[in-house]
Amino acid sequence: MHTKRLLTTAVAVSAAALLIAACGGSSSSSESSAAPGGAAFAGPVGKGEGQLNVLAWPGYAENGSTDPAVDWVTPFETKTGCKVNVKTFGTSDEAVKLMQGGGWDVVSASGDATLRLIYGDNVQPVNTDLVPSYADIFPDLKMQKFNSVNGVAYGIPHGRGANLVMWNTDKVTTPQDSWAATWDPASPYKGSVTAYDSPIFIADAALWLMATKPELGIKDPYALDQKQFDAAMELLTQQKALIGEYWSDYTKAVDAFKSGTTSIGTSWQVIQNLASADGGKVMAAKAKEGATGWSDTWMVAKDSPNINCAYQWLDWIASPEVNAQVAEWFGEAPSNSKACAMTSDKTFCDTYHAGDTAYWKDVYYWNTPTANCLDGRTDVKCVPYSDWVTAWSALRA
Amino acid sequence: MTTTTAPAGLGYRHPWIRIVGLLGAPLAWLVVVYLGSLAALFVTAFWTVDDFTGQLVHTFTLANFREFFTNPAYLGTIARTLSIAICVTILCLILAMPVALFMARVASDRWRPLLVALVLTPLWASYLVKVYAWRAMLQPEHGVIAWLLQPLHWSGPGYGYVGIVITLTYLWLPYMILPVYAGLSRLPQSLLDASADLGAGNARTLRTVVVPLVWPSIVAGSVFTFSLSLGDYITAQIVGGKVTMLGNVVQTTYVNNLPFAAAVATVPVIIVLLYLAAVRRAGALDQL
Repeated sequence: MHTKRLLTTAVAVSAAALLIAACGGSSSSSESSAAPGGAAFAGPVGKGEGQLNVLAWPGYAENGSTDPAVDWVTPFETKTGCKVNVKTFGTSDEAVKLMQGGGWDVVSASGDATLRLIYGDNVQPVNTDLVPSYADIFPDLKMQKFNSVNGVAYGIPHGRGANLVMWNTDKVTTPQDSWAATWDPASPYKGSVTAYDSPIFIADAALWLMATKPELGIKDPYALDQKQFDAAMELLTQQKALIGEYWSDYTKAVDAFKSGTTSIGTSWQVIQNLASADGGKVMAAKAKEGATGWSDTWMVAKDSPNINCAYQWLDWIASPEVNAQVAEWFGEAPSNSKACAMTSDKTFCDTYHAGDTAYWKDVYYWNTPTANCLDGRTDVKCVPYSDWVTAWSALRA
Repeated sequence: MTTTTAPAGLGYRHPWIRIVGLLGAPLAWLVVVYLGSLAALFVTAFWTVDDFTGQLVHTFTLANFREFFTNPAYLGTIARTLSIAICVTILCLILAMPVALFMARVASDRWRPLLVALVLTPLWASYLVKVYAWRAMLQPEHGVIAWLLQPLHWSGPGYGYVGIVITLTYLWLPYMILPVYAGLSRLPQSLLDASADLGAGNARTLRTVVVPLVWPSIVAGSVFTFSLSLGDYITAQIVGGKVTMLGNVVQTTYVNNLPFAAAVATVPVIIVLLYLAAVRRAGALDQL
């Protein structure tokens, strides 16, 4: 009897506590997300505030704790007096969530996170005049759809990479230059194809439709109206029959390609490097249909209290020496044109096509799909990212 | 002297102080942290998110549940996850029964602690290491399983449904062996002797005497294996190929659409509650 009454009380108390928590939390949701507000820092960049909270992709802000020889954070601390706290994230979605929580000064955001941060009022415009290194950034990275809005810059480009078609040469004996084998229902590699396990992969399907079904009129794989989106999902459903496994952790992809569990599929340059270094018979190429890719941007949080340290960091991380170190450590093309002279491997920039404008021409960098079509169409509504997530989760279920 | 006796005296005169002192901390933990977070999860399932930024919008809606329960793909995931959990539980039981019987009834007193330690050994290794070990063993061409099956001209199960069941069975087996072993060791030898005296063979004794008496232990073990399998998603990710479980749906959606993920997450909670209710109804918890 007593225990029963106790239990009832316990449930009542927890329900009350919950109600309080729910009511207390409801005030934060009514922020305006219509216009990317706020003004950029006017400068001049002065003495640092003594600390900087950095949110970064793994490998982007190394302080020597991963590998003592890999350290560009400590020299920054010595030079500027800004003590750096680094937190890394595993996916763009996680980065957005952390930024919404606040407490960070700068973030390295990929193109599928930047617009969400800008319109979510989590970041502020960046005054590129205050960042001397910005002058040497490759021009085709500046003022792109994912790092600027209405001609206002929101960050400093960091580096880029293309998603490549990769194959195990034991399984696939002819060199590949197309995505065909990963989409064709009659693919000879049925059952051992791989794909990237993220909603953003829907853009890869759209890219293939751009090349093979021009009648759909897809101009930008991140701006899909309902009809185009449905076609992409249909293609992905069909592709599911070919898939052996999906990957989201790149170390798993290295293992699968190396062992031959996966014969062919989408991949990154760094995966090929790691697999080949381990003796894997793996090749990768950019497909002739073009490719999706990523271009990362360092952004500053909306109300960053450490604005001077933040601007010093932006300049530091985009400077030729540091940009070269990061690019080599992570395995991507640097954004600073002068970084190529600073890499320890002199062929590095050629391998990663750093300054090869033609190479990047048909690379569609990850972007956040919005209801207002990114390709400028105004006669239709495009499918927003949240629907991409739902569709992807249903596809994988 | 008086200072040390005072609190004891106080507790003696007011028994409720003793009870509060004893149960206060655990109860606060249970109610606030444990039940509180579960309730928060349940409440979140009725909210929605801003389409673009993924921020929570606190308006009441049943859309998340509707979306989940009207999509055949998700219903398929529930069925798949349930069947995996049931298969794992049955396999664990089939494997645990003889092992526990041997440990409790056949092995000598000298060997028994060693056997218990051996059963516990895998629990000392990291979950991830064990699952990755199974990924290597299940590898479709060069894996140990494929190699073992080669003489029979069978191909290995590879990554997928069977791979998940095998790996989860390996992971949760100790949780079945230990309670069954404990139940069997409490079994009085006299009952077994009596059964034999009355002419029952080993199989009949097992069926009519041993199993009914250790039934509560078996159920306790099955609660572990069933609920642990139901909530797992990392194993599916590593050895599941393209097969997904309920946990994977939560994992892919929670960052962008926390309310939907919360709605999905209530499903295994409800299934486990139903399972416990059924178990209680069958009277298997009475002796625990």
